[in-house]
Order: sequence, then C-alpha cells, then structure tokens
Amino acid sequence: MAKPKFKKEQYLKWYEDMLLWRRFEEKAGQLYIQQKIRGFCHLYIGQEAVIAGAMSVIRDNDNMITAYRDHVQPIAKGVSPNAVMAELFAKETGCSKGKGGSMHMFSAEHKFFGGHGIVGGQIPLGAGIAFADKYNGNDNVTLCYMGDGAVRQGALHEAFNMAMLWKLPVVFIIENNNYAMGTSVERTTNVLELYKIGLSYEMPSKAVDGMNVEAVHDATEWAVNRARNGEGPSLLEVKTYRYKGHSMSDPGKYRTKEEVEAYKKLDPIEQVLSTLKANKWITAKEIEAIDDKIKDIVDESVQFAEDSPYPDASELFRDVYVQDDYPYILD
Amino acid sequence: MRTIQFREALREALNEEMRRDERVFLMGEEVAEYDGAYKVSQGMLAEFGDKRVIDTPIAELGFAGIGVGAAMNGLRPVIEFMTFNFSLVAIDQVINSAAKMMSMSGGQFTVPIVFRGPTASAGMLSSQHSQAFDNWYANTPGLKVIVPSNPYDAKGLLKSAIRDNDPVIFMESEQMYGDKGEVPEEEYLIEIGKADIKREGTDVTLVSFGKIIKTCYAAAEELEKEGVSCEIIDLRTIRPIDYDTVIESVKKTNRLVIVEEAWPLGSIATEVSFKVQKDAFDYLDAPILRVTSADVPLPYAPTLIDAALPNADKIVRAVNQVLYKA
Ligand SMILES: Cc1ncc(C[n+]2csc(CCOP(=O)(O)OP(=O)(O)O)c2C)c(N)n1
Ligand SMILES: [Mg+2]
Repeated sequence: MAKPKFKKEQYLKWYEDMLLWRRFEEKAGQLYIQQKIRGFCHLYIGQEAVIAGAMSVIRDNDNMITAYRDHVQPIAKGVSPNAVMAELFAKETGCSKGKGGSMHMFSAEHKFFGGHGIVGGQIPLGAGIAFADKYNGNDNVTLCYMGDGAVRQGALHEAFNMAMLWKLPVVFIIENNNYAMGTSVERTTNVLELYKIGLSYEMPSKAVDGMNVEAVHDATEWAVNRARNGEGPSLLEVKTYRYKGHSMSDPGKYRTKEEVEAYKKLDPIEQVLSTLKANKWITAKEIEAIDDKIKDIVDESVQFAEDSPYPDASELFRDVYVQDDYPYILD
Repeated sequence: MRTIQFREALREALNEEMRRDERVFLMGEEVAEYDGAYKVSQGMLAEFGDKRVIDTPIAELGFAGIGVGAAMNGLRPVIEFMTFNFSLVAIDQVINSAAKMMSMSGGQFTVPIVFRGPTASAGMLSSQHSQAFDNWYANTPGLKVIVPSNPYDAKGLLKSAIRDNDPVIFMESEQMYGDKGEVPEEEYLIEIGKADIKREGTDVTLVSFGKIIKTCYAAAEELEKEGVSCEIIDLRTIRPIDYDTVIESVKKTNRLVIVEEAWPLGSIATEVSFKVQKDAFDYLDAPILRVTSADVPLPYAPTLIDAALPNADKIVRAVNQVLYKA
C-alpha cells in the first residue's frame, strides 16, 4: 500500500464530514417520503468527495455557489445542520427562513451564495461574485459548481469568456454525474470530455476523479491557487455519481442497477475509511463513536426542525424589497 | 362519454396532429426516451421515432430558436418547455424572433410554432419554480396565448394551436395533468379566442382561466349555499381575449370578480377590468374586484403559500364585497 498523502487528521475530518452529509441526506430522503419535506428534493449521496476535497483547500472567506442539489454545501461551509433541516421543513428557523426550501439554501454569514433552481443560472453569478472580490482587491476565491446538464446553457459560454478576459478569481467545477435527470452526457453532445469546454476559452481545465477525495483536493488546490494568485479562472470536470434518483420522484429507468452498484464500489467514504483502517488510524470503537455522534447531530436537526414554527403569514411581505415601506399592491 | 386525464388529452392532440401532418414534430427536454417529465408524450417516441420526437440538451434558448428557424423554413414545431419558468432563458427567441418575424419581414416569413408546457405554481417549489407568466406572453403582439382548464378544452385547443399559422403559447399545469374529464372519441377542434361559460349564474360574474379556475368552482359551490348564483367564464385564450362574452355576462349580473394566478400589476385582470369599465360602465353595480397572487415571489413555506395564492375563501370574500354583503 502506498503511503497516504495526507495526515491522519485530514482523513479523519474527511471521513466525519462526508459521513455526516451522507446520513443527513439519507434522513432527508426518509423525511421526504413521510412528507415532512415537500417540493423537490435532490440528494447529494455519492458526490460527497467533490465538496470534501474542496473544503480541505479553501478558507472561510472563500465563496461558494451551486445549483439546487444544495443541502450539503451550506453544512460544509459552517451552517448548522439544524438550520438546513429546518429549511427543508419550511420552518422560520431555516437558513432561508423557510422561504427557499430544498433548492434555495443560503448563508451570507458563511459566504454560501446559494442554491439556484434555474439550470446554469449560478454560472454567471459565480463569475460576478469573483468580479466583486477582484474589484475590491482582496484575495478571496469563488467556487462555482454546476452539473453536466448545466454546461449546455448558453450563459456558461458568455460567463467563461468574460471570466477569462478579466482573469476573475473563480474556479468553475462541473460535477459530472453523467446524468441530467434521465439524459446521459453522451445523448447531449459530441464532446464527452466536458473539461474541454474550457479549452476553447484557453481556460486551464482538467478532469478529476470525483470519487477520490485526495484527487479532488489536489485539483482544487491547483485551481484555487491560480485564482488566488491572480492567474484567473480554471475549470475542473469532477467525475462523480449520484446514487439516488435525480430527485425523489425519479424512477431511474435510464440506467442499470449494475452501473449504480459499480460506482458504489468506488464509494468516496469507503475509500477514506479503508485508508484510515489500513494505517491503523481508526479503531472499531472510534468508528462506532463517530457513527453515534453523527446520529445525534442528525436526530437533533430533525427535532429542531419539528419543534420550530412555520413562518407567520405576515412574513409574506418581508424580504422582497430592502425598502421597508415598499407600497405593495394589496388589491 | 369516456373520461381521460388532462395529460392524455394533450397526448391525443399531439398524436392526431402528428399523424395528420408530417411537418409537425415535438422537441424538448426529456420528451422522448423519458416519455416526458410529466408523461404527456408517453409512447410518442415509439410511434413517431427520433426524427419527430426529439430530446434536447438543457438549452432552451437554442432549441426555442431552432424551432423558430424550422418554422420559418416550412416545419410546424411543437416546442416543450419542462416548465414555463425555464422559458425565461429562451424568451428572447420567443419575443424577438417568433412574435416579430412576420411583421418585420413584411409578411414574408410566418412562424407556425407552438411553445407549450406547465405554468404557475405546483406545490411547495419556492419562487423560481412557481411563476405564472401567462400575462407576460399575452402582452406581446404577434403571439396567441392559450391557457386551458380541463381535458376537453386542452385537446381541442392544442389541435387548433398546432394547425394555427401564428406562434402560439400553450400553458398547462403540473396540477392539472392528472385531472380527469370527458373527452369524446371523435375528432374536434376548439376555436382559439373564444371564452366558455363554465357555469351559468345571475348574481355575479367570475372570470378566470387555467388551473386556478378550480378555486372559482369551489367558491361558487360555497356561495350557492348562501343563495348567491355565480356565472363562471373561462377565458381559455388570453390573447386574443373574448371580451364580448365577458361583457354580455356583466350586463346580466352587473358584478365582476376576476381570478388569476399571476401577480396583480399589468395582469389579465387589469386588462379585463379596463375593457369592462369602458364598454359596460353603466351596467356595473359595484367596483370590479380581482383575486390574484400576492405581489411577492412565492415562497416555500405552506403558511406563506396559503397567504399568497388565490383560494376559494378569498373569492367568496370578494364576491360578498361586490354584493355589498361584506
Ligand atoms: C433552465 C432550466 N431548464 C430545465 C430545468 C429542469 N431541470 C432541473 S434539474 C435538471 C437536470 C440538471 O442536470 P445536471 O446539470 O447534470 O445536474 P444534476 O441534477 O445531475 O446535479 C433539469 C433539466 C431547470 N431547472 N432549469
Ligand atoms: Mg448531472
């Protein structure tokens, strides 16, 4: 076995974080079936290494923006699982006050610029967030995530071109899980290697194994350093997989069970766990203790969400305009 | 008569028109192999093949424009938006190309195209997925806009839309696809631009269209118990609007409440009110009222959705107000 690249603490952190996210999402899936969570509900299960490998690179001041598959990212950025679960429950204690729901988690405090529901809408926004940091002369970096389906939006091309032209401190990250709802990548394009989209703008671009957190870390580090040093944007195509359906209402007939099982063998959490075990960095007891701790965190988030009230109807006319006496049409 | 679902009625319209005319094809996200995000196009790939039932990438601006170009060059596309919320990334091609082409080419190029898909709210989906742009499209000269409310109307109007030589916006609802209604086996068409009196009444006229008209039916039942008789007019088409049917009804009932899911400013309610006060001013016994969505983006929480959307209670209150009972 090759010597591990990172310290024990790093693997432990990755393991705990990813396992929490997984258990949180599993719980969200159960609660959706119980109709405690409504609307659409897109789970992140299988893709955890994409975020874990970035979190071990970025600083608190760095920004993140993504699409509607967005329960895990705010937790990674420091939002409490309670606030995310409460948002899923549409409660006023949620991180978007119960106004956004599953697809629209936000935390200004944690520099999480949100979950966005119109495919590709967040791509120019990510470039714009980076534009502001460059304008202000700080060295913050923006991570801008999108799906393999989202790269088919015209907005991507306009934003990529300007981001390169103006050397914006942004890292564009395609989470290529090979499907946009029921449509596989090969049914939508002749250019199967999505990182090549960046090359037409001379944007440094790479494909990355997204089931392997170390590989994600290395690639993200390369791209974040470029951005921080004023060298401009990069594009990472992170090859990952979602174990669950597109949303909770997806029967999943467009792919085989064998395909799903093959990816589960590459499970990012299992990979980290086996490194920890192989190096005798973790005992069975410690694994159990982590499981228990995570179970408590998830259970507490559910209790918190259950116990929180729905927003009062009077909230309807709040948070639409900054102007507090805005004259709404009421008839 | 047999009853079928709204989605089946749409599918029959599509199937019949595609069998009738080689130039008609269906294009959009997940319409073919997935059988449609809401199963409207179930089985169509199997019958017509991938030349005529075409899956696209998530590229609305591109495929809306491809549709317009194909229509300019002799085809009759039906372009599906998974929902009309996503039509906003394509709206340039709808408004600047489809709606303008005939005029700016001095009548040389026409655009016989249908853009269709669900509109407005559909449960707890928050603000980006809950928008009624019906009145936005209706505002644009060059387009026709149809918003049916039951399977019978949906089938007859979609067939007319596909045969129409002008660009048509055809708006459905996720919350209607499962609705059942009587639809005859034999072929029929419904004329675009004609309202339909869904319920006859004498005391007050309710004007509405699309899914939200269901709240009018519920309110009318409620009001019936109080001895109030509502006439319900389903506009069905909101460009052009059948003002005559509305005005005839107002001349009879002398009272009007308009119910619509869009936001209030510049709504169809605003437009109908203008026309009625202009052409039937002397017949009105009370100011016209409207029940629309609240003047805010629709949030996720159920408490806020209840407060924001039109519902039977709000309509009952408005009706009592125009009857001076409130
Ligand atoms: C502009 C637009 N078109 C269509 C949709 C409907 N839709 C939501 S998610 C999705 C698939 C996106 O797939 P991908 O970008 O690969 O992200 P993933 O779900 O795999 O994370 C589609 C078509 C949308 N939300 N916005
Ligand atoms: Mg995808």
